[in-house]
Order: sequence, then C-alpha cells, then structure tokens
Amino acid sequence: MRDLTMAYGSFVLMRDMSFTINHGDVFIVMGGSGSGKSTLLRHLIGLNEPARGDVFYQEQNFTRADPTQRQQILRRIGVTFQSGALWSAMTLAENIGLLLEEYTELSPAEIREVASLKLALVGLKGFEDYYPSQISGGMQKRAGLARAMALDPRILFFDEPSAGLDPISSRLLDELILDLRDSLGSTVVVVTHELASIFTIGSNSIFLDGETRTITASGPPKDLLAHSQDPKVRRFLTRGEKEKP
Amino acid sequence: MNQVAFERVDNDILLIRLAGRWQLSGGLAPSRAFERELQALPSVARVTFDAQDLSDWDSSILTFLATVSDVCRQRGVSVELDGLPAGIRQLLDLAQAVPERAGARQQVREASLLERVGGRAIGMAGSAAEMLSFLGDMTVTFVRLFGMKARYRASDLFLLIQQCGAQALPIVTLISFLVGVILAFVGAIQLKQFGAQIYVANLVGVAMMREMGAMMTAILMAGRTGAAFAAQLGTMKVTQEIDAFTTAGFSPLEFLVLPRTVALILMMPLLCLYSDFVGIVGGAAIGVGMLDLSWTTYIQQTMHAVRLTDIVGGVFKSAVYGVLIALAGCLRGLQSGNSSSAVGDAATSAVVTGIVAIIVACGIFAVVFYVLGL
Repeated sequence: MRDLTMAYGSFVLMRDMSFTINHGDVFIVMGGSGSGKSTLLRHLIGLNEPARGDVFYQEQNFTRADPTQRQQILRRIGVTFQSGALWSAMTLAENIGLLLEEYTELSPAEIREVASLKLALVGLKGFEDYYPSQISGGMQKRAGLARAMALDPRILFFDEPSAGLDPISSRLLDELILDLRDSLGSTVVVVTHELASIFTIGSNSIFLDGETRTITASGPPKDLLAHSQDPKVRRFLTRGEKEKP
Repeated sequence: MNQVAFERVDNDILLIRLAGRWQLSGGLAPSRAFERELQALPSVARVTFDAQDLSDWDSSILTFLATVSDVCRQRGVSVELDGLPAGIRQLLDLAQAVPERAGARQQVREASLLERVGGRAIGMAGSAAEMLSFLGDMTVTFVRLFGMKARYRASDLFLLIQQCGAQALPIVTLISFLVGVILAFVGAIQLKQFGAQIYVANLVGVAMMREMGAMMTAILMAGRTGAAFAAQLGTMKVTQEIDAFTTAGFSPLEFLVLPRTVALILMMPLLCLYSDFVGIVGGAAIGVGMLDLSWTTYIQQTMHAVRLTDIVGGVFKSAVYGVLIALAGCLRGLQSGNSSSAVGDAATSAVVTGIVAIIVACGIFAVVFYVLGL
C-alpha cells in the first residue's frame, strides 16, 4: 500500500499510509474503536476507493486496475466479514458452491463434495443444507470463513473475527486461522482489537491512531509491546494498565 | 433531600459541604450558587469537599461534581477530592480518564434559507446523477443478458417469478374486481338517466383494458413488490451480503437486480391481463345485478367495445411499469443506509418513486398513444 489516504467526502479518516504485507504473514491491523481499521480493510478489498494513493497486490495496481484485472485479483482473495455476511437466501453449501460454480468447471456433485470439505475444515460437517438463519453467530462466522476459502485464496482477510464470540470459540478460531495459514500457505490479514488474538496469531502489525490519523507503529505485536516508546501503542497493548515504576 | 453549603475556610479556599440524600428522583442541584461563590472576592484558589453528612448518593451528585470540576478547570482553580467518598472519586476519575476529542462535539447551527435550498439542490443533483449511473449500469447489464453473458442464478429468478406472479394473485383479484365494480357503479348511475345502461360494458371494458388494469396492477405491485425489493436489498446491505458479492467478483446488479427486473417484466403483463378479466367480471356483476342485463349481452357488448390495440397497449404499458417498479425498488434498496430505520426509509422511498414513475409514464403513454391514433 502506497501513500493511501482514506476519506469520507471532505473528512479525512487516515492519511499517507504506506506499508507492505509479506507472503505468509498473519498481518494485524489494530487500533482503537473508530480509528479506521475496518475502513482500511474495505480499501484493501476494493469496496471503498482511496481519496489518494494505491493498493498493490504483488506488482499489480489494484486501485487502478480495469474491471477484468480487478476480477482476477479478487479471485485470489477471500474475505470473512464481521457479521459473516452469508447470503441468507442460500444454504451453507450453496454459499460455498456459488463461487465454485462461477469460477470452476466442477460438476454439481463435485461442487457439493468440495463445499462439504470446506465446511468440515471449519467444524461444520453435516450443516450443508442449513440456512444461515438456522445456525448460531459463531457458526455463521466459521461458515463465512469456509466460503472465503472456497477457491483456496492466496490472501485471507478477516474483519474482527473474534467479535461476539465466547473466549473458547475465539481461541479455536485463532488456531484455525494459523492452521489455514500453515496448511494452505496463505497470507492472512486480520482487523482486530482483541489483544489475545493479536499476540497469539500476529506475526506483523500496524497500529492506526485515530487522533493523528495515520500509522504510528508497525512491527511484530510482541516486539511493539516490548520496545514501542509510543504511549498510545503501549496503553493499547497493555489494556491501558499503568506503567510500573 | 440534597443539601449543599459553601464556606470559606481560608481566604482562598472554598469548602463545599455535601449532605443529605442525593438522588436523581429529587432533581439535580443547580451549579449557579457555586459559580457565584467562585466569582466572589477574594478569589478562590482551591476547592475542597466535606461529605461527612452525606447519607446516600447516585449520579445526581456526580453530575454536580463534574460540573464543579469543569468550571474549576476553566478558571484555573485546583480541586481536592480527598473529602469525598472513594466511590465518588473513582467514578469522577473514570469520567475524566478520556479527555474530549478535539472536534468531536458537533456544532449545531441553524442553516440559512439560501444554504438549505442550495444543500437540497446539490443533494437532488447528486441523487439524479446516481439514478442516471444506475440506469446506465442496468442498460449494460441488459445488453450482457441479451448477449448471454450475464451471471445470475436461475433458481433465484424462478423464485422471484413465483413471488411476483402467483403470490400476488389474491390481492390483484380483490382490487381489480372492486375497481370493475366501482367503474360500473359510477357509469350505471349516469348512463341510466339516458337509458344507455348497456354502455356500462363499454366503459368498464375499455377503461380496464387501456388504463385501469395496467395502472392498478402497477400501483399494487409498487406497494407490494417494489417495497419488498428495497427492503431485501437494504437488509442485504446492512448485513454486508452485497459487499460479499462484490468481493467474490460478482456484480450485485446481475445477481440481484437483473432477476428481479426480469421477473416483473414477465409477470406484469400476465397480471395485467388477469386484472382486466377480473375487472370486467366485476363490472358484469353490477350490470347483471343492478341493470338487469344478461351475462351474454354484457360480454358481447364488451367484445364489441374493446379493440385488440386496447389490450396490447395495456399489456405493453404493464411491462414498462414492471421495469419502473423493479428499478425503483432495487435502486432505493442499494442506496439504503446501514441501519434498520434506513431500510424502512428505503422501502417507503421505493414505493413513492415507483408510483411517481408509473404516473409520469402513464401521462407520456397517453400523449404518445393519442399522437399515434391508438
């Protein structure tokens, strides 16, 4: 990402952001509530257009790509939304199958098999014919992840994966993210402010500061905790605990 | 009852004695007396508290103390909270832990008339541009449909056809029958005066076939289906389902708007023909029941009065109305904000936009059909 400025009309949310996500990273976008983390994610996946600057996937400029190129780039990414965002009129198998129908030559029976496998990977074997409204919020998130993995994407994006989950489900989801990264060789980008997840899965990170409206720290989360001199970053990573003298 | 008293301990130290029961149900203590004390000479350098006689308290005392703290901060007067109970001190610390973010407070300002007119004009221009852009995108989508390149789920289309067609029959039946009855009733009263009651069949037949069948069906469908389209798409926007389509590389216009529009284009002419038939039956019920006409006479008279161009014209109009209803519903749904009230607004706006578009189109058709001699 190069010199990215995000704005809603004349209101500049973040400015001049530049950073690189390396292959195989679990890259954490962290910051306080309202700092623009989810908006940054929307810029990365093309749902919002930057006021200035560009987003690159490898050497390809995603921001200025024509619709065909953009489509090709989008095929290489998978997104898990905060609410799951499963298509409510379709069953879980259909949610996954729609992508396979559109982008592969698989037969309906093969599509069904692949969809079952993806659901099994997230612990939802046997739920193929359930509609999103028939399963719990945590299951919807996992089903959303199964859909995001439908085409074995090179990059997986997660928007607040732990939000609304109990601690055990949250930990299991963290483990799942690491397993998927290791087994599929994907790069993972996670927008979150859950400290437990940040330290467990994050290999690299940036910190967005809502007041200065830019990135104020970057690096592995554990290194930031140990060495960052920025008081806001330290307060965030220690849950606002006061420094011991 | 809350009690507050002020006492000068030293020349520059103001002691505030808090006593009694401080409850929200008893009202808030005014801070004016404190401000008066602060303004009195000699000037105050420090404020302290004595809460030994405080028996019970809730947010009312915190509100008073927060105001005291704010006033003191603005005037450079130091505040010592030592005399307050620990619970109050902790809550005050909590309230002051995060300072107010610069620029967070919204400035409420009455806009001038010129400003409001300008703002509204800019908003309308933006809305018109959005509508034109949507129409352009939909034109491209239909071109892709005719070129067999558009991607949508056939199962969605069949489901929508069922929703827009068969499931709308009961309400279309009721309203069309009543419209036929009303037209015949009004016509019967007037025509009976001249002994020309047989022409009620002409009136009902021509009115239903040319205008009322298509128009009433369209208005019904705008309220029923147009609103449903807006609510469905608006909710999908709130739950990020539309974002999920976009990031999956699917066009929401092809997957969501196209099937809805095609379903209405296919179903509206059929519903219109059905409405025409039911309306004529309604008129016949009045003709037979009130005017002593036989069913055969009434139907024969109707067949004499109605031309094929009347039927075709009505059916053509209904297909166009179908496009307008679907586009209005889908546009408003896609424009919806991200809240439940915004979805409600989108549904309302879809109905209003749809009906206005139908009436405008009806006027244009009237002129065009007149010029063409139809």
